Amino acid sequence: MTTHATAHHDDHHDDKPHGFLHRWVYSTNHKDIGTLYLIFAFIMVCVGAAFSGVIRTELMKPGLQFVQPYFFNEMTTMHGLVMIFGAIMPSFVGLANWMIPMMIGAPDMALPRMNNWSFWILPFAFFLLLSTLFIPGGAPAGGWTMYPPLSIQGGDSVALMVFSIHLMGISSIMGAINIIATILNMRAPGMDLLKMPVFVWSWLITAFLLIAVMPVLAGAVTMLLTDRYFGTSFFNAAGGGDPVMYQHIFWFFGHPEVYIMILPAFGIISEIVPTFSRKPLFGYQAMVYALASIAFLSFIVWGHHMFTVGMPLGGELYFMYATMLIAIPTGVKVFNWVSTMWGGSMTFEAPMLWAIAFIVLFTIGGFSGVMLALVPADFQYQDTYFVVAHFHYVLVTGALFAIIGAIYYWWPKWTGRMYNETWAKVHFWWSAVFVNVLFFPQHFLGLAGMPRRIPDYNVAFADWNLVSTIGAYGMYLTPFMFFFILWHSKKHGAPAAARAWEGAHGLEWTVPSPAPFHTFSTPPVIHDEDLAHGDVSH
Amino acid sequence: MVDDTAAGNSIQRNKRLLTRALAVCGAMFLFGFACVPLYRIACEHVFRNKIYNTADSAKGFRVDESRWVTVQFVGNVNSQLDWSFAPEQVTMRVHPGAVNDAWYDAANKAQTAIVGNAVPSIAPSQGSPYFNKIECFCFTEQVLKPGESRRMPVKFVVDPKLPKTIDTLTLSYTFYNNRPATKKLAEQTQATQPPNS
Ligand code: HEM
Ligand SMILES: [Cu+2]
Repeated sequence: MTTHATAHHDDHHDDKPHGFLHRWVYSTNHKDIGTLYLIFAFIMVCVGAAFSGVIRTELMKPGLQFVQPYFFNEMTTMHGLVMIFGAIMPSFVGLANWMIPMMIGAPDMALPRMNNWSFWILPFAFFLLLSTLFIPGGAPAGGWTMYPPLSIQGGDSVALMVFSIHLMGISSIMGAINIIATILNMRAPGMDLLKMPVFVWSWLITAFLLIAVMPVLAGAVTMLLTDRYFGTSFFNAAGGGDPVMYQHIFWFFGHPEVYIMILPAFGIISEIVPTFSRKPLFGYQAMVYALASIAFLSFIVWGHHMFTVGMPLGGELYFMYATMLIAIPTGVKVFNWVSTMWGGSMTFEAPMLWAIAFIVLFTIGGFSGVMLALVPADFQYQDTYFVVAHFHYVLVTGALFAIIGAIYYWWPKWTGRMYNETWAKVHFWWSAVFVNVLFFPQHFLGLAGMPRRIPDYNVAFADWNLVSTIGAYGMYLTPFMFFFILWHSKKHGAPAAARAWEGAHGLEWTVPSPAPFHTFSTPPVIHDEDLAHGDVSH
Repeated sequence: MVDDTAAGNSIQRNKRLLTRALAVCGAMFLFGFACVPLYRIACEHVFRNKIYNTADSAKGFRVDESRWVTVQFVGNVNSQLDWSFAPEQVTMRVHPGAVNDAWYDAANKAQTAIVGNAVPSIAPSQGSPYFNKIECFCFTEQVLKPGESRRMPVKFVVDPKLPKTIDTLTLSYTFYNNRPATKKLAEQTQATQPPNS
C-alpha cells in the first residue's frame, strides 16, 4: 500500500511529511502530536514557574517589597491555572499519545484528525488566558478556583478566562474520547483488557473521569459568565442565588480533577518500578481495581474542600469518612509498589530514582491529605499554607516527578539515544533536595496559621518563608538542567537498544529505538514475555 | 479485501463510541445546570435550610411562658450598596411560640434610586430551622429613592421545639444592591421622564 510513497522518497525508511506546516501543524501522527504536547507543556511549566517566581520573591520577606497586592493575586491565580491546565494535564496527554498506541500494538490513535484538533486548540486557549495580563484591569485575580463573587469582580479578564477554560475543556474532552476509542477499539489481538499495561489502564480510567467532569466545569464557568454579563443570579445572593452553590459545582469537578492529575502518574510508576526491580508488578489486578475505586470515590468526596462553609453536621461527617476511605485503595497502590521492589534485583537509573522519590513524597502528600480530611482539624488548616504544602506534595513531587521519570524512561525509545546518567542523577538529587526545602516548611507555616494567597504576613512567619524561597530558587535551575540533558542526549547521546532497559517488558520495547514513524501497521503477534506484567495466567 | 472490512468495522465502532461519549459530555454539561434546582431542593427539603425567602405561618404554636430566648439583631450593608442600615433594637427577650415585632431602619445615601435585597441568616445554624419569619422586609425587593429612609418590620416566632441547649439566637441581615433591578429601574425612569432640557 505504500509503494508509491516509498518510490518518491529515495532514501527514507519513514514516510514523514515534509516541511514544518505539513509535519507539525497538520500532523495526525500520534508520535508527533505527543511531542507537540510535551513541548507545549514544557513551555507552560516555564511560564507557570515564572509566575511562582514573583510569588516566592515577594514572600521572601514580610512587608510589601516588589509587587502590588492585586498583581500578587493575579500571579497566584495564573500560576494555578497555567500549571494545572497547561503543564500537568497536557504532559500526561502527550505521554498517552506517544505510548498508548505502542503499548497496545495499535498503528495510531483511533481518531487522528480529532487528535490534531485537540492539540492545536490549546495554544489558542492559553493565548487568550495569558493575554489577560496585558488588558486593562489585569489578569484574573480571584484564585484558580474562581469563587464568586470575587472572581467576577474586576476587569473583563473574566470573559477571556471563561472562554479559555471552555477551549481547554473541549481540548481535553476530545483527547479523552480519542484515548478511550483507541484503547477499546484498537488493541492488537491477544491484548485483553486485563493484560494491558497499567499505564494504559490508568489512562482509560482518567479519560472517563475527564469526559464526566470537564463539562461540569464548563457549565460552572458559563454560569459565572452569565452572572457577570447577562444579569443572571446563579451565584448572586442579591438576586436569590447562592455563592456556596458554585463551590459545590466547582468541587464536583475539582476533586475528580485532582485524580485526573495523579492516576496517569500511578500508571507511570507501575511501569518504571517493575523494570528496575526486574520483577513483574506485584498484584496487577489489585492495582487495576484500586485505580477504578479511587476514580469512583473521587466523585463523592467533593465536600472536603468546603468543610468551613457551614454544612450540616451529617454532611461534614459523611464527607470526612468518604474522603478517608480513599486512603485505602491509595495505600494498596503504595504497598504494591513497595512489594514489587521487595526482593527484586534493583538498580537505580534516573527513571527509578524519580519513581522512588514519587512513592515517598507522594505518600507524604497523602498523609497531609488525611489530616485535612479530619473535619475538626480542617477548620484550623483550611486556607492556610498547610493546604498549599499538601497539594504541592501530591502535584509536584507526585504528578510532576512521575512525568519527569516517564520522560527519562521512554526518551531512549523516542529518540534512539541514551541520556547522560551522571547529569540525570545530578538533576534528580538537586530537585529532590530543593523541592523539600521549598515545600516542607510550608507545612510549618500553615500549622502556625499563615493564610494562603496573601502578599504580606506577620513577621513570625519570616524564617520559614525565607527557607521556602531559597528552595524555590534552587528549583528554578531544574528546567534548565533538564533541557540541557535532553538536548545533549539528542545531539550526542549513545545509541539506545530496542530494549533500552534490561528489565523492560511491554510491546513498546519490541520496536526499534528510535521508534519508526509508523509502528504496528500490522498487528503484532504477542508473546508472553512482551507483556509488561509477566504473569499472564490470571 | 479482508483488511478493508476490518478497517471499516473499526471506523464504525469509533464513530459509535464518539457519539456516545459526546452524549455523555452533553448530559454532564446539563447536569451542571441541573445542580441549580437540585441544590435548592436539597437545602430546603433535606437539610431544612431556606436559601430562598418564603413566608412561614405561625403554625398555631403554643406559647411557652416558662422559657426565655434572647434574640440579637445585626444589620450589615454590602460594600457595593451605598445605604445605611441598622436594627432599632439590639436584643429582645421573647417566649417561644409568641409572635414578636422587630424594626430595622434603612436609608439611601446615594444620588440615585437603588433596589436592595436583604439576605437573612441565623446563628447558631442549628437554631435556624426553629426561627420563623412571618413577615419580613427581606421577602421583597426594597426600593429607596435618593435620600429616602424607611422603617421596616420583621414579624417572627421562635418554635417552642427549639433545642434546650440554645438560649440565644442571632438574626443578621446583609443588604445587597440588586444590580439588575436597579438598572431596570433607572431605564424605566429615563423612559417615562422626558429629558428636562
Ligand atoms: C489520600 C488522598 C487525599 C486526601 C485525603 C486529600 C484531602 C484533601 C482535603 C481535605 C483538601 C481540602 C483542604 C482545605 O482546603 O482545607 C485537599 C485539598 C487539595 N488537594 Fe487533596 N487529598 C488527597 C490527595 C490529593 C491528590 C492525589 C491531589 C492531586 C494530585 C490533591 C490535590 C489537592 C489540591 C489541589 C487541593 C487544594 C485545592 C485548593 O483549595 O486550591 N489531593 N485535599
Ligand atoms: Cu479533594
